Formats: sequence, C-alpha cells, structure tokens
Amino acid sequence: MTNITKSLSDQTSARPSRRNVVTWTAAGIAGAAVFGSLPNFGMAQEMTATLGDGDVGVLNYAYALEQLEAAFYKKVIEAPYADMSAEEKTILTDIRDHEIAHADFLKTALADKAIGDLEVDFSAVDFTSRDAVLTTAVTFEDLGVAAYNGAGKLLTTPDYLVAAGKIVSVEGRHAATIRDLLNPLSVSFAGPDVVDDNGLDRALPPADVLAAAGPFVKTAINADGL
Amino acid sequence: MKTLNTETILGGIDPDIQSRLLSRRDLFARSTVALGALASAPLILAATASEVFAQGLPQEIMDTLNFALTLEHIEDAYYRTGLGTDGLIPAEYLGVFNHIGLHEAHHVAFLESVLGSAAVARPEADFTAGGKYPDVFSNFDTFLTLSQTFEDLGVAAYKGQATNLMANDDILTAALQIHSVEARHAAEVRRIGGKPAWDGAFDEPMSKEDVLAAAMPFLKA
Repeated sequence: MTNITKSLSDQTSARPSRRNVVTWTAAGIAGAAVFGSLPNFGMAQEMTATLGDGDVGVLNYAYALEQLEAAFYKKVIEAPYADMSAEEKTILTDIRDHEIAHADFLKTALADKAIGDLEVDFSAVDFTSRDAVLTTAVTFEDLGVAAYNGAGKLLTTPDYLVAAGKIVSVEGRHAATIRDLLNPLSVSFAGPDVVDDNGLDRALPPADVLAAAGPFVKTAINADGL
Repeated sequence: MKTLNTETILGGIDPDIQSRLLSRRDLFARSTVALGALASAPLILAATASEVFAQGLPQEIMDTLNFALTLEHIEDAYYRTGLGTDGLIPAEYLGVFNHIGLHEAHHVAFLESVLGSAAVARPEADFTAGGKYPDVFSNFDTFLTLSQTFEDLGVAAYKGQATNLMANDDILTAALQIHSVEARHAAEVRRIGGKPAWDGAFDEPMSKEDVLAAAMPFLKA
C-alpha cells in the first residue's frame, strides 16, 4: 500500500458533510444578541451570518476568515506590542493590508450575496505580548491555508478556484514568515505539525475550520450550504 | 510548441522507462506514450494500487501531474546537488534547505505514486542554464537566487494548473496542499535572501507555456 493510496482514502473518508451546521457557543450567541452595546467598528452586524450555497457559500466562508484575519492585524498594528521590531512592524502591516485586500476582493466578488461584518472577539489574546500575537497569527495563517486547501474542491467555477489560489499561497507565505519570526531558521516555516510525510500541507473541511475559528467570532455562522 | 529533448538519467537503471519513451521530443507527450504502453499490459498495470488509480485518470489530469512532477524533479535535483556540495550552503541555513529538499523529494515520490507507470522520467538538469549561472553551486547568493526562482515558479505553476484538476477532488486537493508548501518554501528562501516574502496581496498564476519557458533553460538540451 503506497502513501498516496492511504492519503487519498484518508481524504475521502474525511470529506466534509455538505450539511455542516456550525453554531457558536451559547455565550457567543448571547454576546451577539447584545452586540449593540459592544464596539463594532461602526458597521451594521448580523446576528447570524448565513454563508449560502455552492460557490457563494465557499466565497462567503473565505470572506468570513479574511474578515477575522483583517480585524486581528488591525488590532495588532493599532496597538503594537512593546518590543515589536521595525522588521516585524513592516511584516505585520503588510499582512494586515493583504488581509484587508483579500476581504475587499471577496466582498466585491460576492456583491449583494456577501455576508455582513462579523463581530470578532480577541479577548483571549494578549496584544501586549509578542509571543501571544505571533502565536495567534500563526494559528490564523495556518488555518487560512488549511481552509482554502480544503475548500478548493467545493468550488465549481474555475475563475473562483484561481482567485482562491491567488490568496492561499500568500497566506502560506504569511504563515511561513511568522513561524520564522518565532523560530528563526528552523524547520518551523513548513514544520511537521503542518506538512505531512508526503510533503502536503493541511487541508481542512469547513466544519473543522469554523470550529477552530469559533472562539474568535461572536457572530453565529450558518454553514449549512457548504 | 516548445519541445524538450531530454535524456533520462533513470534510463540507465530502469529498462522499462527507456522502452516507454518512444519519443523524447516532447516531454509532455510521454504520459500519452506511457498510457499506451500500459493499456497493452493490463497484468502489469494491476501490479500496484497506484497504477490502477492512475489508469483511471483523465488524460488532462495525467498530463498536468506529469508537468508538476517535472518541476518537482528539477527542484529535487537542485537541492540534492546543493546540499551535496560541501561549503556551498552556510551552516545556519542547512536545516532550512535540508527541510525544503526533503519536501521536494516527497513531492516527487508522491506524484510518482499517483501516476504509477505513467510518471515521466527525471529530466537531466543543467542548473548553470547553459553557462548563465556558472557559479550556482559555488556561490551561495546565486544558489539562493535560483532557489527563489524555482519556488516562486512552482507556486505560480501549481496555481495556473489547478483548474485542470477540478475533475478529481482528491487530486485537486493534493495539488493545493503541495502549492501552499511551495509558498512556504518561497517565503523562507526570500527571507534568507533578505527580501520580502511576498510581492503583494495576491500571487499570480502562470500558464504552462510561461512556466516551461522559464524552466527550459535548466533542462539539458
């Protein structure tokens, strides 16, 4: 039995259900219910973001993740941790701008099908700590890579697959870079925790990705159509 | 159309490969040739699961995977040569390049296992590109420059071919999983070179023709 056979059967068995229903914790929903009293960037927010079906659902799924990333890096740059080097600031500012560009691109592509602005919750992140910020950034970037890798097969429109491809490799570059900031010149940039023995990065189904992102998102996300 | 006239270094050790390569004029016709050979030898075909798997793949996917395999062969050979050259890679970067080289070898093995007998042979490489980079394995800066070239090229190549794999979910996913690893490599190599790890918010795809034009100088005529 070759690696490919095993790998492909694993992937087949791990194929995500197309009826993923992901809801956030009760606390998160309660938080969303009182969103009016919380800072929300001055934007209208929804109680529940329904991603939709087919390609729209996949693009909204990506849009949700990009919103989360963009919001994170905005906070990082608004209040940099004390010992942020000039190099780190340049990198993190670039990444912030990339995530904003990704979110804007997807929002434009989705037009009136786009979900609203998600309410995020980074209360678990100590933004004064370099280690906490960079570790959280790695989590988001690796998750983004795995999400796009897992969602590619859900897309039916070739142009959207190309667009997703243009984004995911930049997320991979981000992931490697931040990993290198944390563990310089080690194998971490493409470490064995994310790249398997076939040299393959992670690919995760939407349910797994949304579950991992859940603690950082207050808005309920309905991924029923994926 | 450009043709690749490449000898196979594996030919010397695997007689089957030579017999399958009826034409050396077009690297990307080889999978067709190989498939023809397979079709006439169904008993051999059943030898391993991966070969049975490859047999059922549409031609477009086989061609695309062989295109990817060729690029992985180039990368694999590049790092094996670089890592095998004493004094080329500074000690502090050896771990990184060992790791990248390991991935490229894994990618070669992975794609070969998917393609089975239909896999293209390893092309013979000339990393001086006909003398343009004579110090590629004696000057680390040159080695680093070409490393970045190959990694960025790999990213753009996989991206450009993704839509040709949409007929098979598992293979598309695997290709995307390789694609993001190449991007990680590219970022790390760029950092070692003191360059930004990206060129902007979006990585652009490249067509097969453009990738071949970029890779051709590194394949022996």
